[in-house]
This record gives sequence, structure tokens and C-alpha cells, in this order.
Amino acid sequence: MTGDRLSALQVELEILRYNPETDTEPRFQRYSVPCKNEWCILDALNYLKDHLDPTLAFRWSCHMQVCGSCGMMINGEPKLACKAFVRDYTGVIRVEPLAHFPIERDLVSVADDFMDKLKRVKPYLIPAKKRSIEEGEYRQTPAQLTRYRKYSMCINCMLCYAACPEYGLTKSKFIGPAAITLAHRYNQDSRDDGRDERQEEIATNEGVWECTFVGACSDVCPKHVDPASALQQVKIASTVDWYLEHFMSWVKK
Amino acid sequence: METIKTDVAIIGAGGAGLRAAIALAEADPKLRIALISKVYPMRSHTCAAEGGAAGVVKPDDSFEQHFHDTVGGGDWLCDQDAVEYFIHEAPKELMQLEHWGCPWNREVDGSVAVRPFGGMKIQRTWFAADKSGFHILHTLFQTSLQFPNIQRFDEYFATDLLVDDGRCQGLTAIEIRSGQMRHFQAGAVIIAGGGASRMFPFNTNGAIKTGDGMAMAYRAGAPLKDMEFVQYHPTGLPNTGTLLTEACRGEGGVLLNKDGYRFLQDYGMGPETPLGKPELKTMELGPRDRVSQSIWHEIQKGRSVKTAWGDCVWLDMRHLGEKKINERLPFVRDISISYLGVDPVTDMVPIRPVVHYMMGGIHTDIKAATPLPGLFAAGECACVSINGANRLGSNSLVEILVFGHKAAHSALEYVRSAGPGNEAALAAQAEAAQAKLRALFLRNTGKESIAGLRKEMTDTMEEGAGIYRTQEGLEKTCNKIAELRRRYGDVALHDKTNVYNTDLLSALELGSMLDCAEAVAVGARERKESRGAHQRLDFSARDDSKYLKHSMAYYNGLEPPRIDYRDVVITTSPPGVRDYSGAKK
Ligand SMILES: Cc1cc2nc3c(=O)[nH]c(=O)nc-3n(C[C@H](O)[C@H](O)[C@H](O)COP(=O)(O)OP(=O)(O)OC[C@H]3O[C@@H](n4cnc5c(N)ncnc54)[C@H](O)[C@@H]3O)c2cc1C
Ligand code: SF4
Ligand code: FES
Repeated sequence: MTGDRLSALQVELEILRYNPETDTEPRFQRYSVPCKNEWCILDALNYLKDHLDPTLAFRWSCHMQVCGSCGMMINGEPKLACKAFVRDYTGVIRVEPLAHFPIERDLVSVADDFMDKLKRVKPYLIPAKKRSIEEGEYRQTPAQLTRYRKYSMCINCMLCYAACPEYGLTKSKFIGPAAITLAHRYNQDSRDDGRDERQEEIATNEGVWECTFVGACSDVCPKHVDPASALQQVKIASTVDWYLEHFMSWVKK
Repeated sequence: METIKTDVAIIGAGGAGLRAAIALAEADPKLRIALISKVYPMRSHTCAAEGGAAGVVKPDDSFEQHFHDTVGGGDWLCDQDAVEYFIHEAPKELMQLEHWGCPWNREVDGSVAVRPFGGMKIQRTWFAADKSGFHILHTLFQTSLQFPNIQRFDEYFATDLLVDDGRCQGLTAIEIRSGQMRHFQAGAVIIAGGGASRMFPFNTNGAIKTGDGMAMAYRAGAPLKDMEFVQYHPTGLPNTGTLLTEACRGEGGVLLNKDGYRFLQDYGMGPETPLGKPELKTMELGPRDRVSQSIWHEIQKGRSVKTAWGDCVWLDMRHLGEKKINERLPFVRDISISYLGVDPVTDMVPIRPVVHYMMGGIHTDIKAATPLPGLFAAGECACVSINGANRLGSNSLVEILVFGHKAAHSALEYVRSAGPGNEAALAAQAEAAQAKLRALFLRNTGKESIAGLRKEMTDTMEEGAGIYRTQEGLEKTCNKIAELRRRYGDVALHDKTNVYNTDLLSALELGSMLDCAEAVAVGARERKESRGAHQRLDFSARDDSKYLKHSMAYYNGLEPPRIDYRDVVITTSPPGVRDYSGAKK
């Protein structure tokens, strides 16, 4: 019978708890949760909330790795709880809110800074000339689409920020992988002409130059967006800009 | 309580809410727009849609065809004037998204590509790989960031509409981060709160789809329309309910019973099409309701596949080959492997029908206006009646755009003519809403658990109001829901703190689902015919003489809703027979 091999197992979770109203500092709480072998950590958390402790707070919605809500640290690594499977862990599993963000409560982190950064890079099409609906679509070949498609797949899960040492070190001054990637996504879009406007945000010190190319962002990205490669490309492009400005001022950008 | 004054308040920042917000901001840069959502906009469930969005663009297609596919697919319960408006606006909206940067798939010449989809006679589904809804949502969200007059209230949970002087003038919402109640005083309110399929145990919907928007409007006096029409999608993963998009079949995947037989040919959708050559509106590309119902019959006949998660049939995509699967259905492969441990390249995937979409919702006219002045609704929470008794796949991603846009313009027109409200009366109502919440908070004696009531609700919905229904089963379910609604009055909160209290929010969501569930069950009990997604074993034929009508459920406190009926608008297509065997002719 299909699914026969799926058996039950008892999973030990050690979960960071913090309620600003009642706790002076974060603490860990242990739970033993009966799980099915095929479950992801999110299933275990939902079981826990329904049957063991309704006070635990965490975000989730889609349960299919696309809404970006359920990012958390699982055994110290940034993961989507709906994409991390209990079968892949042994022993006690430690679950904490995403690193580098303030804790709002339990596994919920404060996302304000991330949301501000997304907005700062002007993540929308800035065409040279606006088209009317009657004029039909901008032509874009499959090859042109491929240039930016990968970078358009970001689900804003913030895992790359939790993995990025620079974002942690600079106390979140660094604009960070996902936001720069998003800017790059529009810069690479054949329909767009807004690169100069975006460059003001991302080619600054808080922008792409903060990045030291550790590549941790791409390692943890659940959607293979590869923010590190976007950063690299932006950096190269920005170097060219800088060069043009300083040494070749007679050349029109 | 803090009062926030705004011109138009929008509840919901999914596809419909964002489209409305952008339309308002474009129409008037001075307008104050409050966009209120219980999750960050990009977490809205529009992101989960994979397949695509229908709009006539190709020369071999026509508005008539899209019209007939939609009306026939809806088993003639669609309002045809609304469908006409919808299909004409559809390509414009999809084009607008293209201009805003949506990464639609392309033909080699750079024009937008379309793909086949179930129930559509011609290829007209625009798609962005297998992430169409995701890209639509993110394109809208990112586009919205350029408008300073869209003020977002992310992670605010709307609880009640405020109605004074016979018109809707605002709402109350909990700021989740602080637990504080806020009073939004608004010239008009647009509800774009999404669907309610979480009232069923096995569904494709995200946790947020609990029908709050529907319930809020219903409690404020706006009727819920055609709630008994609940769409099952034929291909859900049997353990999690995760959807395997219809594109699996659009690309050539086939359905087999335990004997390896393509059983759809036994249910009026044949003759069998050659493997890997799907034909529109035939066999696997029949409409969702028919395909789901056929699976149910195969199960009854004992020809299903037994799995640890219940009876299934096979979805076979192996003949598509690894290259095509990776190219066209990468996400399908990914989730089949991770949640079920089955790789569609090498194995058949067990699937079973899963609750997917609510055709019913808040009654609106063709302008997205509800009967309650000042209240507008769009998206899955609304029922403007383009989906009738069965929605066609890839129509709803367009519906959220067309009617989100329309709701914005109607609300704007309304706001410009509406007089000022009575602030004292509104503030008093907001206080009352807060007091209700406080009572729930302070109650120490509650005996009922949220998870317990929720389980009883989802179980009885599946049992009595599932794919096939009977009078007896529905009566049981109606009684059960009535009982649960009473017991809900005794629900206990364990968490009595303010910050990010998901225990409280779950309780409120359960209340919304119970209200909506009762409208579904009672509507289904009263509709003694079979039409589209509403199938009764005891009344197996469509009955146009009695039920070519929309059902309207009116809130009635703790009593079951009062059901009324309303004529369907027919313009050019008289009720006919649904034909899904294209090749036979
Ligand atoms: C898995 C899946 C695949 C699908 N595939 C397709 C497809 O291929 N083609 C197609 O046409 N359709 C598809 N659909 C259907 C379509 O995606 C939905 O009907 C549509 O996206 C709904 O959009 P919406 O804006 O109405 O609601 P949603 O996107 O669900 O947004 C609802 C919004 O309301 C807010 N909200 C709800 N309650 C409250 C409250 N109490 N307070 C504040 N805010 C609140 C939420 O925060 C959210 O922002 C699919 C659906 C699913 C589930
Ligand atoms: S780039 Fe990847 S890890 Fe970073 S937010 Fe986007 S999806 Fe998440
Ligand atoms: S719940 Fe949506 S990404 Fe995990």
C-alpha cells in the first residue's frame, strides 16, 4: 500500500519563547510532539499549538513554500518550517525566530526593516515610455525573460537576511540580499529603464559595497533565487559606473 | 481607542485588495486609502495560484468563446451581464499587469504565451511558469509601493464593520503586534478578504482563508449568495491537500484507476485521447466538478487506489519526461517529492479531490457594490456571479483584477457623493465591538477548545456537505453547525496577553468559519437539485424550473440564516447541456 512506510515518531522540540509582556528575556521550552514521518516542522508546530500549547505564536499560511511566512531558525539554520522535514533531524530540534531581527513574540520576528528596504529599491517597472493598454504588450523574448526570471522568484522569506553576516554585523544597515536582488530583477528587465534611480539606493555603502561575498544568502535561499549572484552582478555594474564617472567623465553614461 | 480617518478602507491585500488600492491611488493622488490585512500583502493566498489567468488575446480566440465556456462551465448559474463585462475587461487587466512587469511566459516572437486549461475550449490562459498567482501578487504589491497615498496596515485583523444611518462607514481592527483595537472611520469599505475553504478538513487553502470578510459583511446585513457551491479540485496530494495544478493535465498528465484505466471516458468525457495529446474540454481537460465527481464514483465502485491517507486515483505524468516536467511543472515535482516522497518523473502520484474554492460569497452587483450602501466587495470573498455553479480554472485570478478595479471606481464614486458620518455614533459602535472582544478575553469559564470545535466543524462539513450530498446528511450537518455555533459562545482562550495573540485570532477565525459554514450547509439543504459543484444523490438532475436562481443567505443571529432566491441574469445563452466530449462530434 502506498504510504505504508510512513510511520509515527516522537519528536523533541526545543522552542524559543518570548512574550514581551510577561518575560524579561527569551527562554527555551521543551515539547515532545507525536509526528508522522512525512511531516514538516510546521506540521509539528501546528499539532503542538492545537493539542499541547495554544499560546505559542508563529507565522504561517500556505504550507507550500510560497507565501514566505514561516521562516525560522531550525537547529541554527534559517529554514522555512514548511520545507524542513522532521525525518531529516535526529535528537532535539531547536526552533528559534530568524536571526538578526528583533523578536516580536516567540517565533515571530519584527519585519519592519525588511519591508522598508524592499520599498527603498523602487521595485517596480520604470519604463522609458509608458504604453497604453491598446498598444499591447512590450515584446520580450524568452531569452530576455530568462535574464531576470530567477531573480523574480523571491518569496520575501527573509532567510537570506538571517544568514547574512554583514546584515548582522552592520546592525541591519546593509540593505541586504533580497532587496538588492529585487532591484537587480527590475534592472535586468528589458521593459525597464529605471536603473539609475535604483542605483542611488543600492550602489551606496549601505548597498552592495557592504557585501563581502560570503554567499550564505544563496545557500539558504529556498527558492534558488541566488541573491549572491545578483549582488555580484550589481557590484560589477556599479564598478563600471564608478569608473565611467571618475576616469572617463567625457564618456556619456 | 485610536481613530484612523480615511476615505476608502480596503480589508484584504491579496490580488483583489491590491488591485483596488492601486486603482484608487491612480484615480486620485489625494485620496486617503487604508489597506488593511491580517498578513503582509505578499503572504496573501493569491501567491499559491499556479496555473494561470484567462483572457482572450490570440487571433483564433473570441469573447464569445470565453463567454460560452464560462457560462456553460458555471452550469448556467452565472449572471451573464457580469460575465460579458468580465471577459471584455480580462485581457485589459492582464495587459496592465504586463505593463507593470509581470513575468508572463512568452512566445519566441516576444508576445505573451497562452496555455490550455480545463473547461476552456481554446488556449487562453496566460501563465508565468507554474507560479502565476505568485507573480501576479508580487507584481501588484511591488507596483503599489510607488503610491504614497496607499497607507498599509499590515498585520491588522479586521473584526467588525461599522454601520450607521443605513450605510457602512468603517470598521474595527486589531493591531496584531500590540493587541490594540483601532477604529477606521471610512467613507467607503471594500472587502477583499478571500475565500473560506478552511471550513473543510482537506483543502488547498492557506491558513488565512477563513472567510472573515464574508462573515463580517454577513453579520452587518449583506447577504451571502450561492454559498452551497464549493469547488473540489480533482488533484490534491492525499496527505496535505497541497494542490497539484491543473496544468499537470493541461500538459498531458492522465488520471488512472487502480487497474491503470483512464476512467473519465466512462463519465461522458471520452472518447479516450491519445497519451500526451490532451484535447481541450475532453477527458482530463473536463471541468473540475465533473472530474472530481468521477473520482468519487470510482471510489464507490471499489476501483480506487488504497493509500495510508485514504482512497485515491493515480495522476500519471511519467510519459511527459523529465525535461518537460522540469520545464513546465517544476514546482509540482518539487512538492510531490518533498511532501509525499513520490517523483512524478518516475512514479505515478496518488491524488484525491480536495476543497479548493468558494463560488459563493458576499452578494454584489456588476459594479461590485453590495446591497449595503458604502460596502463593496471583490475577489474570492465576493459573488458577482461570474462563476455560477462551478468556476472555470484560471477565471478567478482575472476576477480579482477586474472586480478589484471595478470596486475601486464604484467606491470612489460613492465616496464623492456620500455625506459626512455621525462620528459619535460610529465611535460608540467601535467601543461596542471592543467590549465584545474584551468579554471573550476576560471569560474564565470557557469550556470549549478552539481546535476541538474546529475539528467537529470540518468533519461535519466533509460528511454532510462534501462532493455528494443528501437531505439526511445535510440536515445532520445543519444541526451540527447550529450546535457548534451555540457552543462557540463558550469557547476558551488560553492566551490572555496582547502581543501577537494567535489564540485570540484563531478564535475569531473559527467564528467566521462557523457563520460561513452554516450558510453553505443550509443553502445546500434547500437547493433540491444538482447543478455544477452542488450534487445531490437524492435530486440528481438540474431543475431550471425551480432553481435557476441564486440563493441568498441572510444572517439571523444564532438562528440559521433566512434563505431567499434571486433570478439569474440571462442575456444570450439559454440554459443548455454541458458538453465535455469535444472529439465526439
Ligand atoms: C492552491 C491554489 C491554486 C489556485 N490556482 C488558480 C489558478 O491557476 N488560476 C486561477 O484563476 N485561480 C486560482 N486559484 C484561485 C485564486 O488564487 C484565488 O481565488 C484568488 O487568488 C483570491 O484572491 P483574493 O484577493 O480574493 O484573496 P487572497 O489572496 O486570499 O487575499 C485575502 C486577503 O484578505 C486578508 N484578510 C482576510 N481576513 C482578514 C481580516 N479578518 N482582517 C484583515 N485582513 C484579512 C488577507 O490578509 C489577505 O490579504 C487558486 C487557489 C488556490 C488555493
Ligand atoms: S532571496 Fe531567497 S532567501 Fe532571500 S528573501 Fe528571497 S526567497 Fe528568501
Ligand atoms: S507557510 Fe508559506 S512558506 Fe511556509
